[in-house]
Amino acid sequence: MRLNDVHYLMPLLILVAGAIVTMLAVAVKRNHQVVFGLTLLAHLAALFTLLPLRGFSYQIPPFLIVDGWGVFTMGLILMTSLFVTLVSYAYFEQREERKEEYYILLLLATLGTCVLVISQHFMALFLGLEVLSVSLYALISYLRLREMSDEAGIKYLILAAMSSAFMLFGMALMYAVTGTMSFTEIAVYLRSVQDIPLLFLTGFGLVVVGVGFKLGVVPFHMWAPDVYEGAPAPVTAYIATASKGGMMGLLIRFISETNGYQYPSLVLIFTCIAVASMVAGNLLALRQKNIKRLLAYSSIAHLGYLLIAFLAGNQLGVEAVSFYLVAYFITTLGSFGVVALLSDNVRDADQLEDYRGLFWRRPATAAIFTAMLLSLAGIPLTAGFVGKFYLLASGVSTQQWLLVAMLVLNSVIGLYYYIKVIAVMFAQPEKKPELRKVLHPAISFASGATMAVLALLLVWIGVFPSTLVQIIRGLLVTFTALK
Amino acid sequence: MILAWLLVLLFVGGVLAWVSDRVHAQLPRWVALSVTLACLLITLFLWLETPAPANSSGTWLLRYEVPWIPQWGVSFSLALDGLSLLMLALTFFIGLVSVLISWKEIKNRVGFFHFNILWVLAGITGVFLTMDLFLFYFFWEVMLIPMYFLIGIWGHENRTYAAYKFFIFTQASGLLMLLSILGLYFVHGAATGSYSFNYFDLLGTDFTPRVGKWLMAGFLAAFLVKLPVVPFHSWLPDAHSQAPTAGSVILAGLLLKTGAYGLLRFVVPLFPEAAQVFAPWAMFLGVLGILYGAILAFAQTDLKRLIAYTSVSHMGFVVLGVFAFNQWAYQGVVMQMITHGLSTGALFILAGFLYERLHTRDIRQMGGFWATIPKMGVIALVFVMASLGLPGLGNFIAEFLTLVGSWQASPAFTIFATIGLVAATVYSLRIMQKVFLGQHVATHRMQDLSPRELVIALPLVVLILWLGLNPQPVLDLAQGSLEEQLEAYHHPAVKTTSPDQVTLTAAYPQDSVQTLKGGSHALK
Repeated sequence: MRLNDVHYLMPLLILVAGAIVTMLAVAVKRNHQVVFGLTLLAHLAALFTLLPLRGFSYQIPPFLIVDGWGVFTMGLILMTSLFVTLVSYAYFEQREERKEEYYILLLLATLGTCVLVISQHFMALFLGLEVLSVSLYALISYLRLREMSDEAGIKYLILAAMSSAFMLFGMALMYAVTGTMSFTEIAVYLRSVQDIPLLFLTGFGLVVVGVGFKLGVVPFHMWAPDVYEGAPAPVTAYIATASKGGMMGLLIRFISETNGYQYPSLVLIFTCIAVASMVAGNLLALRQKNIKRLLAYSSIAHLGYLLIAFLAGNQLGVEAVSFYLVAYFITTLGSFGVVALLSDNVRDADQLEDYRGLFWRRPATAAIFTAMLLSLAGIPLTAGFVGKFYLLASGVSTQQWLLVAMLVLNSVIGLYYYIKVIAVMFAQPEKKPELRKVLHPAISFASGATMAVLALLLVWIGVFPSTLVQIIRGLLVTFTALK
Repeated sequence: MILAWLLVLLFVGGVLAWVSDRVHAQLPRWVALSVTLACLLITLFLWLETPAPANSSGTWLLRYEVPWIPQWGVSFSLALDGLSLLMLALTFFIGLVSVLISWKEIKNRVGFFHFNILWVLAGITGVFLTMDLFLFYFFWEVMLIPMYFLIGIWGHENRTYAAYKFFIFTQASGLLMLLSILGLYFVHGAATGSYSFNYFDLLGTDFTPRVGKWLMAGFLAAFLVKLPVVPFHSWLPDAHSQAPTAGSVILAGLLLKTGAYGLLRFVVPLFPEAAQVFAPWAMFLGVLGILYGAILAFAQTDLKRLIAYTSVSHMGFVVLGVFAFNQWAYQGVVMQMITHGLSTGALFILAGFLYERLHTRDIRQMGGFWATIPKMGVIALVFVMASLGLPGLGNFIAEFLTLVGSWQASPAFTIFATIGLVAATVYSLRIMQKVFLGQHVATHRMQDLSPRELVIALPLVVLILWLGLNPQPVLDLAQGSLEEQLEAYHHPAVKTTSPDQVTLTAAYPQDSVQTLKGGSHALK
């Protein structure tokens, strides 16, 4: 550890400091506004210190590496976390639980995810993963007086702990074969052998279980619908975005560093996972009447789409993954943000019926939700379209016709349930809905403004994608693992 | 630049119409009316100002191009030639009519309705103007969503189902086209080293017959579903009959034409060889559509559904003509696009007028209206006659030219297609007979056409007569660009005649295969 390292680790250190200061603030006096403000500040400061780290590839041996890919994913995760925080205020303000610890946990989860995406060593990987997971256990069951929330928390705890165990065992096996835990040295080892030893492959397979669990891809997706349904809406948004994005970032780093794309067996495994996720996710979403479950299944399918670009395994593929992650994050945050915005203090607005005629009651909210759903469906003028286009381009350029065909087929299936929700929102309400208790406008201002910003971003990226492409390309220059 | 302004006008006008709802309930109608009128005037101005297209050197009247996503070789590229100009004029005329017919029919959510109308028109305008395949797909999709809302919100009793079906059919086929666009992009990029979605760059891309076949299949999927051609037509009767009148008019008058336009503009010039291989099948499908649509039209009792099936039948002529690959047929196709837009649009408008008065579309409950509403009867007679191809009305020119052209390509198919004209007479006269002649069954008093309705109907009558009696200006305008579409079929004609092809393949047996292989390696 050198003094210079501090400069590169600044975003992480700020997050740590933010968590501690928040904790102390809570100890002095519980005040939702102050804690909210501190959390925002921590995020903004971390983002600010992240800016000068562009364009470097800086090793902090043996654990971490801060390069373009790391900066991109960290920035994305911090932004996501920032948006989640913004949406959370109104959501938790109307609930009777003690709200302040939520923000500490959120900061810690973000810290864990950031560590995850810049790790180049199994130890750092596991450290980040566990910080993330443990925070998520508490976050998911944060509204502990609600039965669903408890159930979801326990479910996630058991399954995540188990998947971590799998992963740890897999790492141990790989370590037993290679004698190292560093990604680059594993790559050196792999280049030196003719055939990969079976033990290594077993270990890798076990790690895939852990990775697949966090990504929520078939066949490791069982937890997703229940957890999505039970967790508070902002936490659901966080799981669907930051947690999955972090794991995707790690996966790309690991596979690129170890030259994983040249092993057909590995490509085959991920191809199967991708196809299964797309098909299963979309088919299971078709008959859902619960918005949060529907979005859960849709996110399973979307991770399947994302794996297409991941499997392309070239510069275009990583660009496509990056772009799609941005588009998908905006969309998912927006969708769950709308759910959070419409929720009252009894339950989340997760039934399809809650949305009947929404367009005629709250046109702006419904318009934003429509835009988000259209983006998920990949319709032009939204970021989702350009993202899907990018995925298709990467798939076509590497001639993965099976995957590309599956993507097209599944987009059509997906369209059905997305427009089902839209149709419900535009339908005439049968009866006058009883007026729900509406918060003071000032309280939900942060949520409303966030939604508006997300919608604008969605359309902006959909119409002028070149800025984002430029940023991504600029950052990926220093992602040397690709070369 | 003026082309971009057309799009801006429509997009901004749409938003304005939506917002103006809050100021006054009638304001969106006036906004939409003035926007469509302005666009129509601009188009007519362009038509009158353009030099005579006799000089075949430059078929492009106007071009506008700015980079959009330079990293991918996507540009915001618009261009206008005779064909697009005609299509634009049709678009804005039909758009204007749609706004007018909704004046009394649409009573709720007026602002959002006109927003959708203007955005649908914007999407269609984009499709007719753009010369960049990415942008083309973009607009192709942009016109879907507002149409979905038009059907799904303001439609008739079974609107949700119809809207779904329309959306999923067109979106699925559109995605296949997107795949083909990407395939074309990468094949072209690998061959030349410059990756571009620009239409002019992509023209004349070389590929093996197999690759060409698959790439063309994607484009065909989108266009044949949109047109529609018979096995893919099942969305159309539902969408047409459930949509509000303005929706049906735009669907029949414009959306179907985008499919025909796509065939002419993209499939024919981009894939000359594959298209010629596919031509017999396409002509078969066209003839099948003509006859099948006619038979089903005869069997319908729902007036709008009946008219919808006549569209299927008429669009069969378009497919037949497009795959005949000669100037006669293409002139016929262009005429058919315009006259069908007018005549079928007019029939849907009349169906809408009847629905407003009777609140039914069931022709079994109609009859003998000639006595009570003679003005509407006369106008209906004109368009029924147009639909069956009576000389003197525009549709006759269209179908005659198409048949003359397709005769040169395939006499057998043409004979069957001509039978379709007889069938058209049967179903068209059935409309007249069931609705306006026979026993008078309606119990309540019916109003004849109001002045507003006359203002809508009379220009349509005048136009269809004008097109029938003096089609030359239209044909002249289209000629240049049609020749350009067919260019690939004149110059490398040697390539396709059998003896030369043999020598070509004999001389360079693996040439094209090697290019592609090299290309795919470069991409990996």
